[in-house]
Amino acid sequence: MAARDKHGPDAPWGDGFKVIGKPNRKVDALAKATGEAIYTDDISLPNMLHSKTLRSPHAHAKILSIDTSKAEALEGVYAVLVGSELPIKYGVIPWTPDENVLATDKVRFIGDEVAAVAAIDEDTAIEACELIEVEYELLETIVTAEQALVTPEPPIHDDRKKRNNISKHVELEFGDVDAQVDDADLVVENDYYFHSTTHTAIEPHCAVATFGNDGRLTLWSSTQITHYVHRALSRVLEMDPAKIRVIQPNVGGGFGGKSDPFALEFITAMLSKKSGRPVKMLWTREEVFYAHRGRHSMQMHYRTTAKSDGTITSVDAKLLIDGGAYSSFGLVTTYYSGQLLTGPYAFPNYRFDSTRVFTNRPPCGPKRGHGSVQPRFAFEVQLDEVATKLDIDPIEIRRKNFLGENTTTINGQRITSNGFLECLDAVEEASDWKSKHRKMRYGTGIGVAGSMYISGTNYPVYPNKMPQAGVQLKVDRSGLVTVFTGGNDIGQGSNSMVAYCVAEEMGINPDSIKVVAADTDLCPVDLGAYSSRVTFMVGNAAIDAARKMRNKIVEAVAEHWKVEKESVRIIDGTVYNLDNDEETLSQREAFHVTEEKFDTLGSTGSYNTPTLGGDYRGGTIGSSPAYSFTSHVAEVDIDTETGEIEVKKIWVAHDCGRALNPILVKGQIEGSTYMGAAEVSLENYEMNRFSLHAGPSLLDYRIPTTLDTAEIEALIVESIDPEGPYGAKEAGEGPLHSAIPAVANAIYDAVGIRLRELPFTPAKVLAALKEKDEVTADA
Amino acid sequence: MLRMPKFKVLNPATVAEAVDAIQQVEGSRFIAGGTDINPNLKHRLLEPECLVALNGVEEIFGISQTEFGLRIGAMESLTNVETNTLIQQLAPGLASASRQVSGPQLRNMGTIGGNVMLDTRCKWYNQTYFWRKSLGFCLKKDGDVCHVIKGGSKCVAAASNDTAAALSTLQAELEFANAQGSTRIAIDKLWQADGIWNKKVGPHDLLVAIHLPAALLNQKGSYKKLRDRNSIDFPLLGIAARLKISDNIVDDCALCVVALQARPWPLDKASALLIGTTVGSDAFNEALKACCAIAAKQCRPMPNIPGDHAYRHAMVPVFIRRAILSCLD
Repeated sequence: MAARDKHGPDAPWGDGFKVIGKPNRKVDALAKATGEAIYTDDISLPNMLHSKTLRSPHAHAKILSIDTSKAEALEGVYAVLVGSELPIKYGVIPWTPDENVLATDKVRFIGDEVAAVAAIDEDTAIEACELIEVEYELLETIVTAEQALVTPEPPIHDDRKKRNNISKHVELEFGDVDAQVDDADLVVENDYYFHSTTHTAIEPHCAVATFGNDGRLTLWSSTQITHYVHRALSRVLEMDPAKIRVIQPNVGGGFGGKSDPFALEFITAMLSKKSGRPVKMLWTREEVFYAHRGRHSMQMHYRTTAKSDGTITSVDAKLLIDGGAYSSFGLVTTYYSGQLLTGPYAFPNYRFDSTRVFTNRPPCGPKRGHGSVQPRFAFEVQLDEVATKLDIDPIEIRRKNFLGENTTTINGQRITSNGFLECLDAVEEASDWKSKHRKMRYGTGIGVAGSMYISGTNYPVYPNKMPQAGVQLKVDRSGLVTVFTGGNDIGQGSNSMVAYCVAEEMGINPDSIKVVAADTDLCPVDLGAYSSRVTFMVGNAAIDAARKMRNKIVEAVAEHWKVEKESVRIIDGTVYNLDNDEETLSQREAFHVTEEKFDTLGSTGSYNTPTLGGDYRGGTIGSSPAYSFTSHVAEVDIDTETGEIEVKKIWVAHDCGRALNPILVKGQIEGSTYMGAAEVSLENYEMNRFSLHAGPSLLDYRIPTTLDTAEIEALIVESIDPEGPYGAKEAGEGPLHSAIPAVANAIYDAVGIRLRELPFTPAKVLAALKEKDEVTADA
Repeated sequence: MLRMPKFKVLNPATVAEAVDAIQQVEGSRFIAGGTDINPNLKHRLLEPECLVALNGVEEIFGISQTEFGLRIGAMESLTNVETNTLIQQLAPGLASASRQVSGPQLRNMGTIGGNVMLDTRCKWYNQTYFWRKSLGFCLKKDGDVCHVIKGGSKCVAAASNDTAAALSTLQAELEFANAQGSTRIAIDKLWQADGIWNKKVGPHDLLVAIHLPAALLNQKGSYKKLRDRNSIDFPLLGIAARLKISDNIVDDCALCVVALQARPWPLDKASALLIGTTVGSDAFNEALKACCAIAAKQCRPMPNIPGDHAYRHAMVPVFIRRAILSCLD
């Protein structure tokens, strides 16, 4: 099957890359810079209505009755929707469908959706929502993860087989962990905590739906996953999927926050069906906070055993994960919290025991570095403690335990390329580590951490044997090549990446390529922009389609010139005869010659993963065709009087396989590092004592501005993966992980305190400093 | 996006027209730069039928030296105040406080008058209608409970006006106009300890200008602000200091704290300790320590705004010392 063909990482024409590796402009850069780019909220259709949602003011309550009569009677209201009209449950993971579009029987957090109204304008819709009368019977609120663990009644989801508040439990052991404790030269054991944070993409969620008179539904949505939204609409609306078209316009950032099907996508569709008019819904920032799906808070206990030379002999982890009110990707989160820790260091013995619970707070989900950022923080801080206790340089201990390339992890994950050592070398040199670590004045310090992440997963969200990514090419007589891809460009530049791959492969200029993406009527399926899968999978599919087309062009032109195929070379849109300098064809002429021979020109390409993963239940979750590797060094300056942490500079080296466009790769490395560093002491998705989000606004949820951000130096490491598109791997999520523990470890170097509970507020810094002083005084 | 409520806008051209306009519709409010009132309108914290816009009233602009001292028109933007060379030279503490209000874009729109007249802030109050309704409305708007102090009957929302602290150290006089005429109030007499409305003038009294007395100009001044993001946030604690130093001796000193309670709080007992000491002497250092300690005792921060209030309290002496020392730089 072509989808599993390996294209090899080398330049297709054998004389170096022409497009790949160059800082080409993004295909949509000009439109975005000038404001010409269309986002979902820019869409306005004739007779379009606006809709709003009535949300629950209670964290946990039964719905006894809903009376919408007053809302329906309000002038300007065209349709009202309640949960009982769409009773079929959905969820992005097919095994855990526990969400209703609107609550049918109960509400599970403050902000949960209860009813919706379509009206002539937003103000009328808001007024109508206020007129809907809902009678609630309050239930006990499950506020914390510990409470959920010991409180089976009332279950937040009472239609599951088990009557408890456990969302998912995974326990896996590789080797014999406990047996290592007695033989170890050193055992380090501690508790760690990672708080919840959210994505804060600059564009709030928005959807526009219209039902045609032919019974066909078109939905525009700011989503990262058109294909899964398509499937969920079909399921919940009980419609033939062939009559549903989902289109993703430009998206103003996702970061995982647009990776679930969301209520507004179904609500607008159904309200359009009921009203006979197009319907738009644009969420407020507050509503985006309630939709959340952000980073899970995790309480983590780690025990690492080591030999005196720094060799890790075992790692034992126990994690309690607060899932919030719904499953979302929780099944995967629970696995990822353990499965993705087994590199870049070799663990001879490893065990994890992860429990995700339901609580009455907005549901958590995938945020950049899904499920693995929290354990990475805990383990990298613990590894630093091991290094300190054994008096080994923290970079050396990471080298010492290096997993290696072309190997298999303890939990059965296949590792191909691995540039982690080069990452360590790069940050060590750039940061001048050797002259700084343990040598800086009190209050300033430097710390290191490392990590790995997946380039997509071989586990498609719903099991099937079809390709994970597909691409179609249409080659036009005008000279234009149109590429159709289901890939979701959410600002990361996947459409540009597709254009670069096709241009490189065909020998043409990216300017002569048009990319049509994320429109389910027009584009072949891609599973979506999540798990850092797009470059690897869609890139390979694009190369696959373009290579087939190139072969046709070369064959047709060779026949036309009566030369061997090896004599035909396409460079920057001109076809050359290597045997005759005088003979050339333009791209357009070559397409004509090819169409004369082969008829109408098109080709398809696809990608599917090889069979991967350990041979045990859950063994495929977290297995990826390739892993990226990262190392961060952070330098901090602590104000020991106020406890304020200033991160002065972060050096980050990331092994992305090959940088298809170094500017875009550096943008991803910097963006990831920025986002991770923001979670250290500023961003905090905090609930108040009423189980209500403490401040759902961009004023109270403190995302750092440029002035609050460290200088970031991004360093690209290219390990050239044998299976990646031209050797590329992911760059969008990996470079977040180790930013956080690098800062934590730098704080230790600066002032000698081990902070294990995020966020690191100035008050916690002061308390730890005080505790250290007291211990020192006692000694 | 949160929806703006519907209201009428009047555009007077003179102070007389403005104070007349505000009386035409009950519950009307003035709007200067809009950086405080606009989000509050969206949150339904205010529901006026009419806004009286001040940007066409020429009389309340301008920064100039007068016989009294320095006159600052209430409509001058915070950017103008922070960059004005007269203010930088004569009232450095005010320039410093203005520079630390919010971020540059909001300082371009926000005015000095608006910052003085800023509504008090509370984490249980500066929220949307839905949010406040879910929780049960509070004392300050629509309800009768206090979420800050259990059983509390007095609102403790925090004065968050950075420039008010600096103006207090400068003993600014505030010129107000209303339909009855014009009055001048010393800034320290303006406040009352009530978070619902912390001023002794009403919302229909128009702040026309701020007058700084000449005797206190051209001295040392500074403002130190605690906030999560130094680029933009409201104060978690703000300390303004003014020092008059002659022949290396502290001739006069004033301190004022904001963001802890419902009103800006002049710390006269604390500042008095420094007067008469020679900068850098042991006596000065001892006085500085005592000053910080007394100030910390005097300040009682409430859990009214985001962040840990015990930490805000712990920072009072640190920020007082830093504010004073920065006057000596």
